[in-house]
Amino acid sequence: MKIKLQVNGRQYVLKVKANSLLVTVLREDLGLTGTRVGCDTSQCGACTVHMNGRAIKACSLLAVQADETNILTIEGIGTETSLHPMQEAFRDCHGLQCGFCTPGMIMQAIDLVEHSERLDSAEIRRGIEGNLCRCTGYHNIIRAIAQAAGPKMIESVDAAAREEALQETASLREDSR
Amino acid sequence: MYSFEFHRPKNIKAALRLFRKADDPIYVGGGMTLIPSMKQRLAAPTDLIDLSAVGELRGVAWGEKTLTLGAMNRHNEVVEDAQIQDRLPVLGELAASIGDNQVRNRGTLGGAIANADPAGDYPAAVVALGTRVITHQRSIAASEFFLDLFETALTPGEVIKAVEFAIPERASYAKFRHPASGYAVVGALVADYGDEVRVGITGAGPCAFRAKYIEQLLSQQLEPSAIEAVTVPDAGFISDIHASAAYRAHLVKIMVQRAVSRLLEAP
Repeated sequence: MKIKLQVNGRQYVLKVKANSLLVTVLREDLGLTGTRVGCDTSQCGACTVHMNGRAIKACSLLAVQADETNILTIEGIGTETSLHPMQEAFRDCHGLQCGFCTPGMIMQAIDLVEHSERLDSAEIRRGIEGNLCRCTGYHNIIRAIAQAAGPKMIESVDAAAREEALQETASLREDSR
Repeated sequence: MYSFEFHRPKNIKAALRLFRKADDPIYVGGGMTLIPSMKQRLAAPTDLIDLSAVGELRGVAWGEKTLTLGAMNRHNEVVEDAQIQDRLPVLGELAASIGDNQVRNRGTLGGAIANADPAGDYPAAVVALGTRVITHQRSIAASEFFLDLFETALTPGEVIKAVEFAIPERASYAKFRHPASGYAVVGALVADYGDEVRVGITGAGPCAFRAKYIEQLLSQQLEPSAIEAVTVPDAGFISDIHASAAYRAHLVKIMVQRAVSRLLEAP
């Protein structure tokens, strides 16, 4: 089938099979391998891209369903010399280790920040529920997203984490008594 | 994934024609259940009829005491609708508890209820708040829509156009959320209509249902303690790796009590 896609600002007319996934077309037909296939079962979010401005999992969408839409992938948000503010924040906060989940994490984080009026760390954690990271333990990812969210943050992530840790220690003490 | 023909009709008439002509067709809304099922070869339709370009299935219409929500409204559209936040906030809260953000950007009301997953969230809203499910050919009473596990009153080829909800005085949804999938192990939507209280339960049985006995008790006294003495029978409830039928029955009472206390706390 023939589909029309705008990907990272460029127009494409592509011939795809009805059962080709969007992520396969992006990676194999367009060579945009920044978008990852992690679980291939819509759990991990490594394949997250934007379709018409919203984050979606490209492994759970047929390319034909994306016909006539506007797709933005990790390759389209910044350049090596001029990173997107979310990429900057992930670098500054060491929000990645192996990097496999990072493109999906960043695309989801951009959707989250753009579509939230105010954020706290609990909302950021909830916001990246659909993205799994096996390395970082998430904390630096949360810090990175908070940094990129800037004035939208209504609390300090580190203070919230300290408070949570203190409460946990207190309840452990209570339990051991 | 097996191969299939893909269609994207622009109106209901064209969708129906495609459905009639095909061997083993299926409609797709957002595809958040269907596409993963097809990848696992649990579903193998010959024809996939994508309803996303059918304009008649979109839209939000307010009546004096009703909200009619088009079937192709995506979950996040419901979450972010300012008027829904204002006039029927429980529906936005329920939609916000579905899956994850990426799923909410794709999944649709119509798809969710046509699929009739026993652990879906929207079915609780349809039985508790819904008055009718409007299809291209008739209107089905909300209470008669869900029949069994993944089974609804829809006939083959029937297209859901919209769901009509009756706006309650106040309502609350409490959900014991599966931490990995986000599905409801049990969810309870309690709605106060002044003269009656309606309680929709999802996750517990093979399909969403109204807890009539609990409704009677809460209609007399809208307090968590009003159902303290109730023992919910677990006959026919789902028992699986996530929870036994007995545990789900226990959760029904707890979720209803939580929903009631939240509803009473609301300003």
